[in-house]
Amino acid sequence: MKKIIFFWSLILLASLTVSAKEIFIEPSDNSQEEVQTALIELSSGDILTLSPGTFVFEDGLSLDVDEVIVRGSGINETILDFKNQMSGAQGLLVTSDRVTLKDFAVADAKGDAIKVIGAEGINMINLKTEWTGGPKSTNGAYGLYPVESIDVLIDGCVAIGASDAGIYVGQSKNIIVRNSVAQYNVAGIEIENSYYADVYDNLSSHNTGGILVFDLPDLPQQGGHHVRVFRNKVIDNDTDNFAPEGNIVGEVPRGTGIIIQANSDVEVFDNDISGNGTVNVSIVTYSNETQDENYNPHPKSIQIHGNRFGEGGFDPDVETGELASILYELSGGEMPDIFWDGVLPTSQIIFGQPDVERLVLSNNGDATFLTINPIKFLLPFFDPVERDISKYDGEIRPLSEITINSF
Amino acid sequence: MSSLHAFAVNDELILADDFPTKLSEFTFFDDASAQVPSEGVIPYELISTLFSDYTYKQRWVYVPNNKKAEYKEDWVFDFPVGSVLIKTFYYLYDERNPKLGKNLLETRLLIRKEDQWHAVSYAWNKEQSEAFIKKAGKTIKTSWIDQFGEVKSVRYRVPNKNQCKECHAANDIVTPIGPKARNLNKVYAYDEGSFNQLTYWINKEFIETTPLEIVSPVDWTNEDLDLDSRVRSYLDINCGHCHAPTGSANSTGLYLHLNENRDTHLGIFKKPVATGRGSGGFLYSIVPGKPEESIMLYRMISKDPGIMMPESGKSLMHEEAIVMIKDWISSM
Repeated sequence: MKKIIFFWSLILLASLTVSAKEIFIEPSDNSQEEVQTALIELSSGDILTLSPGTFVFEDGLSLDVDEVIVRGSGINETILDFKNQMSGAQGLLVTSDRVTLKDFAVADAKGDAIKVIGAEGINMINLKTEWTGGPKSTNGAYGLYPVESIDVLIDGCVAIGASDAGIYVGQSKNIIVRNSVAQYNVAGIEIENSYYADVYDNLSSHNTGGILVFDLPDLPQQGGHHVRVFRNKVIDNDTDNFAPEGNIVGEVPRGTGIIIQANSDVEVFDNDISGNGTVNVSIVTYSNETQDENYNPHPKSIQIHGNRFGEGGFDPDVETGELASILYELSGGEMPDIFWDGVLPTSQIIFGQPDVERLVLSNNGDATFLTINPIKFLLPFFDPVERDISKYDGEIRPLSEITINSF
Repeated sequence: MSSLHAFAVNDELILADDFPTKLSEFTFFDDASAQVPSEGVIPYELISTLFSDYTYKQRWVYVPNNKKAEYKEDWVFDFPVGSVLIKTFYYLYDERNPKLGKNLLETRLLIRKEDQWHAVSYAWNKEQSEAFIKKAGKTIKTSWIDQFGEVKSVRYRVPNKNQCKECHAANDIVTPIGPKARNLNKVYAYDEGSFNQLTYWINKEFIETTPLEIVSPVDWTNEDLDLDSRVRSYLDINCGHCHAPTGSANSTGLYLHLNENRDTHLGIFKKPVATGRGSGGFLYSIVPGKPEESIMLYRMISKDPGIMMPESGKSLMHEEAIVMIKDWISSM
């Protein structure tokens, strides 16, 4: 039996009094139509509450109403189950502004679990996205997937089993990802082509790679910068890479803690980084060919300080991509905690790097380091490998805290 | 003064805040089951059309009396408030014998209300006597007999209101896709005789004028035309509304609208971005000469919702287009 009950309440908004309604829905044989109809008929200010239970869907759901709340009764209580999905490229798609999603789980979506496009304001709070069959290349690409959005909050979420990234924020601005758990994904948390992000108090473990800060060419928004990664636990990322080939994360070797690629102004501090079998931290240039003249493939102004490093590099995954095999060869098997590929624009190889763009590595305990000296690399008879981390010691110029417009 | 016709379109309902439950309330048709339009509801065809699971589509436009649509370069006509674009999707019961009739599935409306365009769909009942509003969409499991006598089954999806917008949005505003001047620039057999549609619209005073020279897309099904033009025409109407800088897939950097000319953005040696298993393990959208390694073709062939393109409105493969795209990539 379907049971939809309408509750009416008064909410004071600014000086206007508007009547907002709250809609309750319980699971039924007709959940697809009931939930989708509710999502369409919501008005700004309304709340849609999904009761405890498992809601089964054959098609993707979508929401295009501004300023609404869609909530369940908890990630273990309210399950949106898409294992029988026949159409729709994601479980839930949100295309409107100032939406809050909280307290439910999306399971076994055929594509991405929860995708948010072009939102001005999105709260994703206490959500879970999961592929329940464990890590498989047939799992959907992304768990929580805001893209081209502004003011993104991901708080207290859990993302498991994504064949690309559990939590992926792409081409967005003003981002906070905190108090969340990413496990058994290819990438745990990925911030890509994005500006102004704080990633903190998260646990990223048993992924292929823990936290990725990437920038890619040929996209509407690029030049990723101002990303702070702090107080996270990036530990025991030990799942074989199960991404479908062709995707950039397919090149991430198993056992990578944090990768910073082609971003500027990235500050990584106060994290626990250990148990990553290939390398704990890797700072690299985008190495594929591109015709994009507006793209800068090099990382710059990267600061890594005050982190606690544990064991790393004990089980390099030389089968996946090039990073681990190159590093293994260069290091002669003595894998470092922190790796920088040393690749610079030609002008900087000759004339040197501006001070403000230099890599800074300070106060990271007894973390080991390896980089490649580009000049020595080009000349015969020189060993290009350098391991002296003290050369990179320097004053920290803290990046400012990210604030997002809350609603 | 407009003539008093027994079946005049209900202008008031078109502009109302909500939509009626039944399609018949608009009075777009004199005879709905036979799809005979009311006065002022004019049929039209497009040169190049979107694939929708092999359905046939019949299109009409309604512009309120004494109002005119304005020509826009490279874009759909700017229709006045109160205009409606009407599109009925159907299968022939037996393609070998059209006289056996049509199986009407849904009639989609794009309504130009005071504020903006609104998309809504009505699904036909089994008796084919009435179509009912389906804001949340509907699944119709049905079948037809194709031109070779083969029974084809389909899980046809009537899109929900939000899915309409996924394609019909430019910069997040709902908009028609089809009726651009360039896509209407062809002859149609009206009851009064055959005329170029743009000329007919001018005579009907739907539009004031259009430029003399309009570069039109080609009919991609016409195999006498050159392959590149046919493919670009197909990609434009089937993909280019999302895969454009103004479309909902702009974050991909893959742009397939008619005006894109940069190789990388057209997919040539373009790496996937957020494609997931849609990549099929391949490295680029298009590998010239190698259709079997091109993600574009892989996603056209798939029927898996996590892989296939287009993302919605498709449950069957478009075999003829797959052959054409394969030939095109091979010939590069």
